[in-house]
Amino acid sequence: MLAMNYRGPYRVRADRNKPMPEIEHSSDAIVRVTRSCICGSDLHLYHGLVPDTRIGTTFGHEFIGVVEEVGDAVQNLKVGDSVLVPFNIACGKCVFCQQGLYGNCHESNPQATAVGGIFGYSHTAGGFDGGQAEYVRVPYADFGPTLIPDDMDHDDAVLLTDVVPTGYQAAEMGGIKPGDTVVIFGAGPIGIMAAKSAWLFGAGRVIVIDHIEYRLEFVKQYAQCEAYNFRSLEDPVLFIKKTTDWIGADVCIDAVGCEAAGDALQTITGRKLMLQAGSATALHWAINSVKKGGIVSIVGVYGPTGNLIPIGNVVNKGITIRANQASVKRLLPRLIEHVQAGRLDPKGIITHRIPMEEVGDAYHIFSAKLDNCIKTVLIPPSARK
Amino acid sequence: MKKTASDYSHINGWGIDADPLDVPNYPIKKRNENDNKGMVWERPAQQPALVEVLHSNERPGLTAVFGTPNPPTGLSGQLRRFAFRYSESTWTHWLALLVADRINMMEGIGEDLKNGHIPDLIAEHGLKSELKFNKIGLAKKVLTGAAVITVAVLLMKSRSRDDD
Ligand SMILES: NC(=O)c1ccc[n+]([C@@H]2O[C@H](COP(=O)([O-])OP(=O)(O)OC[C@H]3O[C@@H](n4cnc5c(N)ncnc54)[C@H](O)[C@@H]3O)[C@@H](O)[C@H]2O)c1
Ligand SMILES: [Zn+2]
Ligand SMILES: [Zn+2]
Repeated sequence: MLAMNYRGPYRVRADRNKPMPEIEHSSDAIVRVTRSCICGSDLHLYHGLVPDTRIGTTFGHEFIGVVEEVGDAVQNLKVGDSVLVPFNIACGKCVFCQQGLYGNCHESNPQATAVGGIFGYSHTAGGFDGGQAEYVRVPYADFGPTLIPDDMDHDDAVLLTDVVPTGYQAAEMGGIKPGDTVVIFGAGPIGIMAAKSAWLFGAGRVIVIDHIEYRLEFVKQYAQCEAYNFRSLEDPVLFIKKTTDWIGADVCIDAVGCEAAGDALQTITGRKLMLQAGSATALHWAINSVKKGGIVSIVGVYGPTGNLIPIGNVVNKGITIRANQASVKRLLPRLIEHVQAGRLDPKGIITHRIPMEEVGDAYHIFSAKLDNCIKTVLIPPSARK
Repeated sequence: MKKTASDYSHINGWGIDADPLDVPNYPIKKRNENDNKGMVWERPAQQPALVEVLHSNERPGLTAVFGTPNPPTGLSGQLRRFAFRYSESTWTHWLALLVADRINMMEGIGEDLKNGHIPDLIAEHGLKSELKFNKIGLAKKVLTGAAVITVAVLLMKSRSRDDD
């Protein structure tokens, strides 16, 4: 079958001879992929920043498709069902799943206890092949996959596998109270969705910070919020203090993660020398821009070793930090309602639809932010007819 | 100054999820009988391990499911096995894995060549799109590269002249 194949940092190709996935556990399903996105998280893999990313791995954790085959124990799905598949692989039974922490399942990733299994996200996240392929093995098929409602556009459905729940959970973890000023670092798909969601929780002001002009323009329109370029602000922390009457934001959201720009020391030690788990510039700014007793919500992804952040200020300001991989399955019922009611319009962020055969260019365009790219969907040949 | 809800009529759904108690999936920690007891839940059936699967030493064995593609092989595989002798809390674990990844990349090139496949670096790096959407950036990169090479060559020449 056709599948994306990782060959090393900045090198991916469309492999036409990847063996078909097989049922390896009685609760597995095989899904024929119809749409598969490239995510900001994939960029951390693509740039070689995630340890134990083995050559030959197929990435892709944001996909939808049609059930092609099911294991003996599967009861809730049948061949032919159209499903959206949450990016987290979750058993639904362990003590963490029982608490709704589906991003923290203890039965889906032998290689690391600090993160649950994720499709196509290195051996550090379980060693599963992902959905940037014609077919994919989906474990715990009775639990994760969700039927796509008949009236739902499949472009909306594919964004419900990660982007929408992650942006929404970023806002949710912020504990936003009506009237709060919410500052979001990052105007990528996740930051954009966090901005949109912040209003649903009653935010009074939503401010997005990035340095890519076309994304700032986009988020301003799409999420009806304020947007500022940190390159022209000189000091974004000072700017936020000033604009909040010298108090600081009620809630700050890090929707950037370990490849943040904007601070030479962080960039050199984190991204070039890899002396820390990526650059923590956005998190640093978030901690320093939030008010005393405020909340910092982190969904940006960082590596497992550690980062330079002003933890002393976290203590002295009495900041609460909330963070997680999004618990997609927990949030889906509510988010499907929001999409159906028109309160969220996920497909509005898709800028690029690229044939899966051109995966090398698709990654480069998204990574280098070319052609005003915001969100890219890969379409396999069978779904293009 | 805090604004009130009445200012937000232009935003569809403003404040609709403001009260966590109205949102049934709000993450209120649910206690259950397995709390504080360790790994005692009814475990899903175990996937048989037909290939070598490394596991964190912070857990007793494999999880019920796992991915089987790309089991450890060659020199990179040996380094990965070494890494897994150390916990996720150590630098040794992660640095060994990162080094293994770079070795694995070289192994990948070797494997390609052995199979008679010469990697198409232009397609793999997505350079066609660079040419299409970033002509100026690409030209700058090429010019900088050429300048660096020229300076290096000139330096080497002048040095070899000094040696004479
Ligand atoms: N926790 C989760 O469940 C989860 C899920 C999906 C993605 N993520 C993570 O969320 C992050 C964002 O994902 P994305 O798809 O939007 O990625 P993206 O790369 O498209 O967007 C990141 C944006 O951050 C901007 N940026 C860089 N440095 C900045 C800084 N110092 N301040 C403000 N903005 C800055 C970039 O210009 C870019 O627009 C990534 O780290 C990704 O791994 C987390
Ligand atoms: Zn994603
Ligand atoms: Zn679980």
